Amino acid sequence: MAEKLPKTDVVIVGMGWAGSIIAAELGKEGLKVVGLERGKERGLKDYYVVHDELRYAIRYELMQDLSKESLTFRNNQKERALPMRQLGSFLLGEGSGGSGVHWNGQSFRFLPYDFEIRSKTIEKYGESKIKGLQIQDWGITYDELEPYFDKYEKVAGISGEEAHFGPERSNPYPTPPMKETPLTKRFKDATTSLGMHPYHMPSANLSEPYENMYGAKIANCQYCAFCERFGCEYGAKADPTVAVIPYAMETGNVDIRNFANVTEIIHEGGKATGVKFVDVLTKEEFIQPADTVVLTSYVMNNTKLLLHSKIGKAYNPENGTGVIGKNYCYQILPGSTGFFEEERFNTFMGAGALGATIDDYNGDNFDHSDLNFIHGGSISINQSGKRPIGSNTVPSGTPNWGAEFKAQSIKYFTRSLNIGTQGASMPVQHNFMDLDPTYKDAYGLPLLRLTYDFTKQDKELYNYIGKIADQIMLEMGADKVNERSNLESYDIVPYQTTHNTGGVIMGAEPETSAVNNYLQMWDAENVFVVGASAFAHNGGYNPTATVGALAFRAAEGILKYSKEGGMLA
Amino acid sequence: MAEQHSEKKMSRRRFIRNSGYVAGGLVGGGIIGGLIGANMNDEQEGTNTQGEHQGTSYLQAPLYFTNPEMFAVLVAASERIFPSDDNGPGADELGVAYYIDHSLAGSWGNNAREYMQGPFFPGSNFQGYQSPLKRHEVFDTGIKALQKVANEKHDKNFPDLEGEQQDAILTSFQNDEVELKGVTSKTFFNILRAATIEGVYADPAYGGNINMEGWKMKNYPGHQMSYYDKIESDEFMEIEPQALHSYTK
Repeated sequence: MAEKLPKTDVVIVGMGWAGSIIAAELGKEGLKVVGLERGKERGLKDYYVVHDELRYAIRYELMQDLSKESLTFRNNQKERALPMRQLGSFLLGEGSGGSGVHWNGQSFRFLPYDFEIRSKTIEKYGESKIKGLQIQDWGITYDELEPYFDKYEKVAGISGEEAHFGPERSNPYPTPPMKETPLTKRFKDATTSLGMHPYHMPSANLSEPYENMYGAKIANCQYCAFCERFGCEYGAKADPTVAVIPYAMETGNVDIRNFANVTEIIHEGGKATGVKFVDVLTKEEFIQPADTVVLTSYVMNNTKLLLHSKIGKAYNPENGTGVIGKNYCYQILPGSTGFFEEERFNTFMGAGALGATIDDYNGDNFDHSDLNFIHGGSISINQSGKRPIGSNTVPSGTPNWGAEFKAQSIKYFTRSLNIGTQGASMPVQHNFMDLDPTYKDAYGLPLLRLTYDFTKQDKELYNYIGKIADQIMLEMGADKVNERSNLESYDIVPYQTTHNTGGVIMGAEPETSAVNNYLQMWDAENVFVVGASAFAHNGGYNPTATVGALAFRAAEGILKYSKEGGMLA
Repeated sequence: MAEQHSEKKMSRRRFIRNSGYVAGGLVGGGIIGGLIGANMNDEQEGTNTQGEHQGTSYLQAPLYFTNPEMFAVLVAASERIFPSDDNGPGADELGVAYYIDHSLAGSWGNNAREYMQGPFFPGSNFQGYQSPLKRHEVFDTGIKALQKVANEKHDKNFPDLEGEQQDAILTSFQNDEVELKGVTSKTFFNILRAATIEGVYADPAYGGNINMEGWKMKNYPGHQMSYYDKIESDEFMEIEPQALHSYTK
């Protein structure tokens, strides 16, 4: 029998970027908040001895423990979904700060085009352009979201500069861009000579010391090359455990309970009454009653909890009706690897978001009239710091072990460069999430089942953007670039990106979306579901800044709801 | 330089091999031989900072393998994956087999943080690892099979084969041409390959990458606190590497 705890104003599931921001904002206004986090408590003091590639980057020390919970995967509905037994394609987070502890810190705002993608595409190219794509407007415009982007950037202290294609900003970035390096300069020179418009990547690894509005002090980056998959031992990367959680606790209104894994949202008559959770150490069960329930537990868990708790209408891939599990998207990532015979670079130095980017082929910044795809992607050089286990780049045709592999991988460790792209991902009817009929987690709940494959649109985008990346690499002076393999079936094994989106998407109508533009559920007015789960498609950038903006938007909504009640939009 | 490396490698490999033969059923004979071999190498080199290298050599003891013949197969197979050459030492000299041995004894070898619940089905090429075997069982199975194929094909133990013969067998595993129970030979090979590279380049605290020699080959400086004053430089920099050890010493 689960023990019933005293009621609170708001219970938040998950203490990553979104959960932390909402906790801080509500605590500041006097609401009583309980934050439930399934992983351990951690903070700056826990990131000592972090420069260990094997432990963090290869063995995933900070990521989700799959022995407790994973998901199942298949490429299409005809296949039997099987568990993702090991982490690979994407790296789910766990513990205070969530994935925000081990992110690289690349902090782009989605484009105005993204939020109105359906209307704008039809307006310019006609209805036929979106055939087969389940794209929707997000129910909010960039201009409406801009003040929240601004708040998020001020919390994180983002270091950046105005970009040629950048949307309008109410304020400059809080801190100047990171240092210019020989690699960023070379990329900028090459793209400029090709008529493109490079700028320094907006970064949460800060260029100078910064104090945010919560009083958190973020240090300046040391360019030590241990960002992605690592915590920052200098406190120089904006992460929720450094920039937000300490302040949330200071308000005196936020109580964070670690090792608390939520298993169900309890509801009655169209409203939630609280959540049930298990203490993963003692296995005791508790019920936390609350006036408002906020899910901020990533794409997968937000979707799973709603499906398991039977809140909102489950998505049906046969006819595209229903909303929970709808529009799962990923990203399309054609890179270019260039080899330099005469030069050596300090590739082992860097920072997660040290880089330069162009948006000339992102969104609708280029004409798609004669192209068989929509959207595009950002193209960047990212000097995040190569590490020796993970980086063994060799020219095409080299065996992947033995004498030749050894010689070439050693030679090119400092003689090869990569250009990365983040291509947008468009939803289609048959890419979705539901509950697995066979496999269970450690608490007896069904695993989430992911059905996903790349589409024709994805392959067209991949080939087009990939060629541009090669063109830039050659302009940078590479003697040769690697052949790029074709984009075939999506594979759950090699790491690609932890930019999963969708499942609980936002929009203007309850028939086609799960939450309104305050991230409030159409089918349960006191449930708010926040994160990249709300993205109606995935854009050509890292998602975190947009997640941060949506968290501020949701916090405002929850506050409003606590006073007035009812549907906010 | 290259000759020195291959000479040293040969003497040590011969030692493990011989003790494997001679010791036969004697428990741990080959491994004790391997340990003595490592110590002998220390004395021969005499160029390293005594304290550091001695400290490292305590890590060169098996924590998982109990059969010296099987350990010798691991030493030989990993050496083919990352051989000694003009660039520097190979897997054997870098202690990679000890790295793998230690990893198999710990949480990685036991898939402690992975989803291991049944039912088990083979799956498509895109659904990832689906074997019910834990990694230490995959190694038991795969290494035995390497030895078996060597015995059947050449009437010799795997470590006694010529390099090209060893490569041919490893290639047949990589191409999934050898039938194993509970796991594919390709999966075993891929784990062995990945683990070998890890042993070459992981921090020396894990038992491989002895004296940071793996890093030195690649001009990788290991753990450095800051490149703040270097990141803008146009010059290529060779920086003396540091290991995690320097956090606490």
